[in-house]
Amino acid sequence: MRSTLPTTKPAAMPIAKPAALPTPLPAAMIVLAALAAATFLFSNYHLFQITLVLVYAIAILGMTVLTGFNGQISLGHGAFYAIGAYTTGVLMTSWNVPYWATLPVAAAVCAGFGFLIGLPALRLGGLYLALTTFALAVAVPQVLKHKAVEQWTGGVQGLVIDKPEAPFGLPLNADQWLYLFTLAIGALIFLLAWNLTRGRIGRAMMAIRDHALAAEAMGINIALLKTRTFAVSAMCTGIAGSLGAIAVQFVAPDSFGVFVSITLFVGLVVGGVASIPGALFGAVFIEFIPNLAEQVSKAAPGAVYGVILIACMYLIPSGVGGALARLINKVRARP
Amino acid sequence: MIAGVLHQIISGIATGGIYASVALALVMIYQATHHINFAQGEMATFSTYIALTLINAGLPYWVAFLATVAISFVIGVAIERILMRPMTNAPVLASVGVFIGLLLIINSLSGWLFDYTIKQFPSPFGSGKPMLGGFVSAHELGSTAVTLIVLSTVYLFFRHTSLGLAMRAAAFNPVSARLVGIRVGWMLALGWGLAAAIGAIAGMMVAPIVFLDPNMMAGILLYAFAGALLGGIDSPLGAVLGGFAVGVIENLAGAYVVGTELKLTVALIIIVCVLVIKPSGLMGRTVQSRV
Repeated sequence: MRSTLPTTKPAAMPIAKPAALPTPLPAAMIVLAALAAATFLFSNYHLFQITLVLVYAIAILGMTVLTGFNGQISLGHGAFYAIGAYTTGVLMTSWNVPYWATLPVAAAVCAGFGFLIGLPALRLGGLYLALTTFALAVAVPQVLKHKAVEQWTGGVQGLVIDKPEAPFGLPLNADQWLYLFTLAIGALIFLLAWNLTRGRIGRAMMAIRDHALAAEAMGINIALLKTRTFAVSAMCTGIAGSLGAIAVQFVAPDSFGVFVSITLFVGLVVGGVASIPGALFGAVFIEFIPNLAEQVSKAAPGAVYGVILIACMYLIPSGVGGALARLINKVRARP
Repeated sequence: MIAGVLHQIISGIATGGIYASVALALVMIYQATHHINFAQGEMATFSTYIALTLINAGLPYWVAFLATVAISFVIGVAIERILMRPMTNAPVLASVGVFIGLLLIINSLSGWLFDYTIKQFPSPFGSGKPMLGGFVSAHELGSTAVTLIVLSTVYLFFRHTSLGLAMRAAAFNPVSARLVGIRVGWMLALGWGLAAAIGAIAGMMVAPIVFLDPNMMAGILLYAFAGALLGGIDSPLGAVLGGFAVGVIENLAGAYVVGTELKLTVALIIIVCVLVIKPSGLMGRTVQSRV
C-alpha cells in the first residue's frame, strides 16, 4: 500500500468536485423569498419544523466547508452543536443575557474549541481527525452532566429556555419571529460561506484537499489553514446549536449524544459534501425522514440512515446537491 | 491505600484485555486496508446477541461461544466481500461513510431483532465471590485468561503458520504478495473475519460486566481507539499493550482523579495527548513521506 516511489496521484483523494449551481444568485433569491413567505403560510408547528431545517442546514454548512472544501472528515460536529446550545442555555438562564447576544459568544466559544481540538488532530491524516472528533462526540454528554458544572448546566435535567417574543411590537407571534430571525442569520451565514469558498482562502482550502503537497509548495501553511477551517466549521455548527437551543427551548446532555454527530454526517453526505445549497437538502432529509421512518419502528430511522448513507456512497457520492448541479449543467449544455 | 490501588490495577488489566482485543481487531483491519472500522463495536454487540440467543436456546455456554465465533467470522468475511471490496481505492470519506452506515444498520438491527431492553449476559466463570484476597472476581480472572489465550493464539497464527504469513504479506505489500501467488482479496476477507471473531469474544467477555444493550460497545470502542493510538495504529503488539494500558489508566483515573462520571473523557484525553506528544504511538512506525 505504502510505496516509497513518488506518487503522481494526490495524497488525499479529492472527495468531489465543487458542485456550484450555476448562477446561484437568482436561485438563492427565489429560495430566500419563498422561505420568507413561508412565515405566513404555515401553522406554528410546521414553522417550528422549518426553523429546525434551517438550523440543521447551518450546522451541515459548517461541515460542508470542512469536508467538501477542505477534505477533512469530522464525526463529532454534534459536540460543537452541543457546546453552542449550552453556551446559549447557560448565558440565558444564569446571566439573563438576551438570546441574540448569546450567538456571538457561542460562535467564539465553538471556534476556540474547534481550534484546540483541530490543532493536534489536523497535523496528521484525515482519519485521525475523524477518530478524535468521534471520541469528542462520545465524551461530550458525560462532561455536560458532570457535577463540577452542574450549577450552570443543570446536570442531567438540562436547562429550560424561554422563547423570545417579537421585538419592536412587530405583528408576529413568537414562532414566526424566531423563524424569521433564524432565516436572517442562516442567509447571512450561507452568504459568508459562499464568499469564503470563492475567495483566496477558499482556493487555498481546495488546493489542500486536492493536492496537499502542491499546496504546500505554493506556500500555503497546511496545518494552520486546516485548523482555521476547522475552527470556522465548528463556529458555524455552534451557531446552529445556539439557534437550535432557542427553537427547542430546552437543552439536556442526553439529547447531544454521538447520534447527533452521525445525523449531521448523514445530512452532509446526502446533501452533497461539496455543495453549499446541498446543506439545505441534507437538512430537509434529517428533519423529516426520521419522523416518517419512526412510524414503521423504533429501529427504522437508524436503519434508513445507514442504508441511504451506503447507497449514497455507491450511487451518488456527490450527494443530492452535486447530482442536481450536474443535471442543471447538462440541461444548459444542450443547444 | 496500596491494596486499593492494586485492586484498581488488577481490574484495569481485566477490562484492558477487552480493550486490547478490540484494539487488535481495529489494527488488523487498519494494517491491511488503512481503514478504521467504526462499526467494530456494533459488530461485536451483534455477535454477543447471537451468543445470548444460542444460550437461551439451550446450548451449553462454550458450544454457543464457539458457534458465535464461527458465525461472526462468516459475517466479517461477508461484509468485506460484499460491502468493502468496492471501496478498496475509494476516497477516505467514502469508506468512513460506509463504516458509519454499517454502524447504523447493525445497531438498529440489534435493537429490532433483540429489543432495546438491557439484558443480563451469563458468565461462564460464575458470578462467584472475589478471589485471591478479594482482589479479583472469578469473571475478571476468567475473562483475562480468555483474552490472553486469544491474543497468544492470534500471535502464533500470524508468526508460525503459512496462512498467517500470507495474510501479513498481503497487508504489508499487496502487489508483491499477488506476484508470489497469494490471493490478496481473500486474505483481506480472512482478516475481516478474524477481526469480527476477536470482537465477538471481546463482546461476550465484557457483556456480563456492563450488561447487554444495542449500544453496549460504544464506550469500549472508544477505549480501543485510544489503546490502538497509544500503542501505534499500525502495530498489533502495540495495540494490545496500549489496550491494557488504557484499561489500567482508565480505572486509576476513574477511582482517584476524575471520578467514574468522566471515564469516557479519559479516552479523549489519551487520544489527544498521544496525537500531541507522539502521533505514531509507542510502537508504531513513523511514516515518512518522500517527495
